[in-house]
Order: sequence, then C-alpha cells, then structure tokens
Amino acid sequence: MGTVARFWRETPRRYNLGGNRCAHCGSVYFPPRSVCPTCETHRRSLGHLEPFQLSGDGTIFSYTVVHDAAEGFEMQVPYVLALVKTVEGPLLTGQVVDVDPREVRIGMKVRAVFRKLRAEGAAGVIHYGYKFARVPEEGRPAAGAPARAAVPSRPDAPAVV
Amino acid sequence: MENGNSVGIVSYGAYVPQYRIAPGEIGRVWGADGEAMGKSLFVLRKSVPAPDEDTITISTEALRVALARGRIDPQDIGAIYVGSESHPYAVKPTATVVAQAVGATPYLTAADFEFACKAGTAAIQTCMGLVASGMIRYGVAIGSDTSQGAPGDALEYSASAGGAAFVIGREGMIARINTTQSYTTDTPDFWRREGQRYPSHSGRFTGEPAFFRHVGECARKIMERCSTQPADYTHVVFHQPNGKFPTRMGKALGFSDEQMRWGLVTPYIGNTYSGAALIGLANVLDHARPGDRVLVVGYGSGAGSDAFDLTVTDGISSYDRSTGTPVQEFLEGGVPLNYSVYAKFRGKIHLGGSSA
Amino acid sequence: MRDVAILGVGQTKFGELWDRSFREIGIEAGLAALEGARLSSHDLSALYLGNMASGAFIDQEHIAPLILDYAGLGNHHLPAIRVEAGGASGAVALHQAYLAVASGHHDFVVVGGAEKMTDVPDALGQAITSAAADQEWETVFGATLPALWALVARRHMHDHGTHREDFARLSVLAHEHGSHNPLAHYRNKISLDAVLGAGMVAEPLGMLDCAPSSDGAAALVLGPLELARRYTDTPIRIAASEMACDSMAVQHRRDVTTVDATVMAAQRAFRRAGRAPGEIPLAEVHDSYSISGLIALEDLGFYPKGAAAKALREGVGAVGSRLAVNTSGGLKAQGQPFGAVGVAQVAEVVRQLRGEATGRQVSGPERGLTHSLGGTGATAVVHILERVN
Repeated sequence: MGTVARFWRETPRRYNLGGNRCAHCGSVYFPPRSVCPTCETHRRSLGHLEPFQLSGDGTIFSYTVVHDAAEGFEMQVPYVLALVKTVEGPLLTGQVVDVDPREVRIGMKVRAVFRKLRAEGAAGVIHYGYKFARVPEEGRPAAGAPARAAVPSRPDAPAVV
Repeated sequence: MENGNSVGIVSYGAYVPQYRIAPGEIGRVWGADGEAMGKSLFVLRKSVPAPDEDTITISTEALRVALARGRIDPQDIGAIYVGSESHPYAVKPTATVVAQAVGATPYLTAADFEFACKAGTAAIQTCMGLVASGMIRYGVAIGSDTSQGAPGDALEYSASAGGAAFVIGREGMIARINTTQSYTTDTPDFWRREGQRYPSHSGRFTGEPAFFRHVGECARKIMERCSTQPADYTHVVFHQPNGKFPTRMGKALGFSDEQMRWGLVTPYIGNTYSGAALIGLANVLDHARPGDRVLVVGYGSGAGSDAFDLTVTDGISSYDRSTGTPVQEFLEGGVPLNYSVYAKFRGKIHLGGSSA
Repeated sequence: MRDVAILGVGQTKFGELWDRSFREIGIEAGLAALEGARLSSHDLSALYLGNMASGAFIDQEHIAPLILDYAGLGNHHLPAIRVEAGGASGAVALHQAYLAVASGHHDFVVVGGAEKMTDVPDALGQAITSAAADQEWETVFGATLPALWALVARRHMHDHGTHREDFARLSVLAHEHGSHNPLAHYRNKISLDAVLGAGMVAEPLGMLDCAPSSDGAAALVLGPLELARRYTDTPIRIAASEMACDSMAVQHRRDVTTVDATVMAAQRAFRRAGRAPGEIPLAEVHDSYSISGLIALEDLGFYPKGAAAKALREGVGAVGSRLAVNTSGGLKAQGQPFGAVGVAQVAEVVRQLRGEATGRQVSGPERGLTHSLGGTGATAVVHILERVN
C-alpha cells in the first residue's frame, strides 16, 4: 500500500505531539484542527489556531487489554490501549507499553514515549510515533517526550494545519 | 588529537529496554550450561528490546532525556550522528528520524555511523571536531544497538539492546574532553556480510589479538600523551562485550575494581555493542563529582579503539538529572523473559505469511 | 413533505453464505421486497443501496448500478445510489430514500443494504471494518472497533457503576431472540456464564460481546402513504427518520460514555413522530458490541445514563417486558453484514408490526424504533415506525 506519504505528512504530530490552540477561546486540539469547534462563531477561529506543543504527560482516562490485535500489532498481544487525558486537555488514543496489564488503572500517570507503531511487512517502511509509558508513582519519571516545547519540525508545514 | 579548544559533554541520557533474559534460561534451550557460561563471561543477564523498540526508538529516548536534562533547545543542535550496527534499515537513515523526533530538524547535519561497536565513540570524535572548529554549537553523538546473536551461538548469551546519547558542546560542560586517541588496524575478528541475519566471529581470536591488543595499546597511548598513570583516574570505562574482558583489561593495565566499578554495566544488561562503553560512561557521570578524571576506551571488532580522557567539571553539581532513568536502575531492574517470549520478541520464530 | 410508508420487506438469511455472491444476495432481498409489495419493477423510480466496503471486501465499487442491472432493471435507467456510513450505511440509505419519497421527487423506491464479508480472511475483515473508526488517530495506534468500544465500556463501568454482566445480558437476550428467527446467523441460545467465560477480545469485551461478520442483504420498498393501500394491506408508516453525526474518534467526544449522535437523532425522531420513549414497546438497537447496545438504551431516552443496567437486570428487553429489545436477534445473533443491518432492523420492526414475527412476536405493538450506528457513533440513525390503522 502506498501509505508512505500518508504517514509522513503526519510526522510532526505522531513524533512530537504537535497540536494547536485557538487564540480566541484557548481550546487546545490534538490533532490540530483548522476550525475551532468550541468557538461560538467558527469563522472567528479561522486563522487564529496557532501551533501548540503537548508535553506528553497525562493520566489514563480509560483502557483496555487487547487480545485480538489490530493488523501489525500481533507480536504485542496482549497489549494495553488507553485513552490518555493529557495535562493540556486533549484526550489521546495510544498504547501503554512496558506495563503489566493487571496493574493498569484509570488515573494512572503516563508519559509519551517514542516507539515503532507498525511496519509495512518485512520490506516496507517502518512507522514510528507516540505510545505511553507509566510514570513511576515515586521517584523519577520515565524517559519521555521533550521536556520543553519544540519548534514546528517541518519548515514547510503551515503554521495552521 | 589534542583538544585545544575546550570541548566536552554538555548533557547525556541513556536508555535500556526493560526486558531481561538470563544465560541460564538461554542455555536451558540449547542443552548448554548457560549459568556456567554466564559466570565465565561475567554476564548475569541481558536486556531484550520489546517488539516495538529498535535502534531508532532507543536513540530517541536517550536523546530526549539528554536534551531535557541539559535544557537544550533542539534547534541549537547542529549535528546528530547515530552509531549502531543494527540500524533498522539497510538503506534509509536512522539519524533523520531521531532528529525529527526530538525537534532538531531541519537546519542540521546528520549521519549514521556503522563502525562495529565503536561507532558511538567515533560519533563523539566527529562532534568534537565540529564543535571545536565553531561549525556547530551542539553536536549529538549516540551509540545504540539492538544486537543479535545467532540462536545457540555464544553471542546469544550477551548480545543485548540499549544506547546512550551525548550532547557535545562548549557551553555548560559537565565533563571536559581533554583529549582523544584512536588505534586503528584491520583485524577481522567479527563481521556480518550483507544479507546475513546474524554476525560471525572468529572465536578466541577476538581476545588477545583483537580486543586486548587494541584496547590496551590505545589506553597506553592516551595515558602517555596525557602523562597520566592509571592511578590518576577516578573512573575507567572500557568497551565491554562481556564482563570478563574489560575486567581483565583493567587489571592488566593497573586499574582497581573501585575505578572500574561504575563503568562496568554489561554484567547486568548484556553487551549493547555501540552503546556499551557509552552507557558505562553515562553511569560514571551519574556518580561523578567535580574534578573526577575519567578514562574511556571504546573498541569495535575490526574497527579498532577510541579513547577519551575527561575531567568532570563543577557543572556536574548543578546538573539536573530529574528527567530520565539513572543507569543504575537499568542495571538493577527489568522484567524477566523466558526463551519462548524472547524468541518471539527478537523475531527468531518463523511466522506464516500474514504476520509481518 | 408527505407521509412515507414501507410497502414490502425482503431479507436473505444472514451468515456465512459461502455459495452466494454479493450480486445474488442483493437481488434476492430486493426482489423479495418488491414481491411483498405486490409492486412491478415498472413502478420503481430509484434504488438506494447501503454498503460499507464492497471495494475492500469483494474488489467491486460502483455497486448500485451493478445491483440494478442484475435485478433486471438496467434498461429502466433508474438512478441507483450507493450510500456509505460504516455500520449505519443501510439506515442512512433508508433515510435518503425516505427524504426522496417524502419530498415528492420519487414515488416508489427500493432501499437495499448488503455486505459480503466472508470472502476475506478474518484479520483483513477486521482491518476493513476498523476503517469506520479514525484511521489516522485511532487504528494506527493499535485500536480496533472492539478495542474502542472496550474503552467506552471501561469508562462506563467507572463512571456509572455498570458491571460486565450488565452488558453481557444483551448478548444472552440476542441469542434467545435469534433462536426464533430463521434468518439469523446464530440460532443457538447462550448463557450468561458463557458470555462471561468467553475468550477476551478487548477487555472487558469477550468473544460473545461482539457481533459477528456476516454476509447478508435486506431490502424495503417505500412509497407515499396515500398510495400505499393499493399495494399492501399493512403499510407501515415511517413516523420519523432522523440522523445525527458527531466527532469521528472516541477521543474527541464530549462524553466518552454517551453517543451524542444517538441522543440527538433520538430527540429529533421523537419530536418528529410526536411520541415519547415510553410509548415504544419494541426497539432494534445497534448492538455491534454488547456495550453499544446498553448505551443505546440510555442515549435513546429509554433510561437515564447509568440506569439501563438495572433495567436489563430486571428483565427488560425480553418479549413480554415493557420494552422488547432486538427481537430479530440483533446484530449479535441475527448477524452483522455491515451495510445491511440498518435495513434489516427496520424489516424486523415491520414484521413485528404486521404480527409476522413468529416465535418472538411482541403482543400487538403499535410502533417500534430502530437505531443504527456508524463506527463508534460518529453517525447515528433513528427510525420510528407505526402501524397504519
């Protein structure tokens, strides 16, 4: 399948959690939106959605242990998939890795990590992106997304996407 | 290669996958006394990458930690070099993915190094030159591998996964690199031909004429140039394909167990190849104090040796390690695997057509 | 706008129809519906066909004229329109056909729904149907349709104290009803223990919480109510045909445990029909997963949020209770040929209102409701059907 370009164009989001924020109402979106659904007058938000970097920190809002894998995830069964409530607001869907599925709880602290999402067969492209790892309750957080806001990583990417 | 312009390590981060397998478990499958093998090699367990981890993800995790700890703007990075002999693609770069994933693109140079187990130290040398010459502000050198040993081969008891990233610069150094010295010959003790899945090695030839000669000569040469004795170093780190070789090397050169203590990580996580000496150095820096002098001697089979003489600066006192995992935790922790799951994770099981 | 009636229904058996092609099942259902309406093909002015993924399942797109052609109507040159809305494709096709007849643009139209799912391996089938969720922000990260509904289920349990047995009950009920439906994919009864003990698909959802992939087709003939008596003694009036949409991905919903599209479609439908939930004695709800069925009972307005579990525990849902749910067997037991289910749900309510639901007949129902979902609830369609006295 010719999915190289389709994945590539989402790289800034999948690698770096680049979202956006409505300058009008302050709502944060991931993935970025072109129109703010929160603003009373949608038109008002046009051109006012600015890049906004998510930190990758959040808590588990809901989770499931997947036994019947999605295509390309067979090697990881059983794997934990979660809705993660980011500290900035948006809810994200992603795997929770390096965790005993029996220990996962709603409210558990997680942080984004960088992993392989899937490969297009043995000869195709490998896709990478965010997953989440548990942040230890005490002590140090696990390695995670950049601690500070990164600049948009594709120069030709429009400021508002 | 005297470091005339002061250049050093500004920040660093290490990453080791969480899974572990013990030599006894590997030997059990092959009818060998794995425990004895582990004891003789001084490898107590080795790390195993999850199915969704590879050199790219390990490098990225390590570098993200380094950037966060050093509060470095990724846009100030002028070069990223990733040294590995397990780049996920035969053709397609690793460093570009890492650069994009940390937000360092697009105004930087990047390249992948493949130079046996010393590709990471070679990357540090390259960064030193670029930084010292003023061509770039920060250079990133990463040594990272998800190495493979053929099932049942001696290598399988040690070949593991992990990596470390070092930000090289002139501002805010936590360790100044006083000098670097290499020792390069063509000594083929280890290789993998194109298209081969697992590497080959020339057995005991990898000992005296290869590892010990190159590491020993390189260490002696750098100490001669620095007018130092083993006793002048607080810490020493060697390339460590197992626990035995570096320990024997250190003793032969006149280093004590105490000097080798923090730099020796392979017994607990296995041989991380391009990451081995660098994770050892990361552990040393986790424990270092201002003024500590550190000797690092990397080695790559058939590639030679790179040595570094470093002095830990006062900057280490205020260095913020609150992000990332201390190397010590990687050495202690881990989730044990049995051989079956290990074989599945490492792609050693032949799958039907539908599974990638 | 004029009143629209259903004049005839047709439906194939649902299941693994190895020896039958997409064309064959599509035509069988359509012709049966025409037959039931005592209508000649010359009376028809359009075909609407609900189908989710024929291109992916059978390598064939552009299927509306194809079915028209093989139904022998090619030389009538009728407009034939394919409608796609995931699992709600059939229901949206009906909605479109309803609008066309109500507006007066068309008089008599056939609405079909068909899907041929078993020509591909299971794993590929799952990948195809998962495309009804957000491919860029859900499935790419390892989500499947059952996994997404499992996320909804877990949060529903957390927020509303729902237990795993509560939604498992819907599967037991579906199989009980399906056992009386000769067209059902599954006709075996199952116990609550069997549902709870089945292998896990995506915790807390097990194998028996998930509707199957089925082959099948269903069809209806619609016409203006004022002309309906000419063709049938038992026209069924479409009292409301309403549809609503919401964010594609579960992660973007206002409340993960509520399908707002269902709430809105239901409110619009009850308003249009001038009825209240309490006046509905039977409902076919979209139980692609047991949890989606339970949540539908709440979002349709039958029960407040969190209260459907208690009602099911007390026996609601069974024939003879105050609300019979999924007497066809639902998607779980009658089967789930994606594009056909929305039409088949309506076919079942028509059978009930005509008193033809042998073995599972609700006693003298005046009206019934159907509820269809696309994906995880980005599309919801609600129909209210009434007897004409």
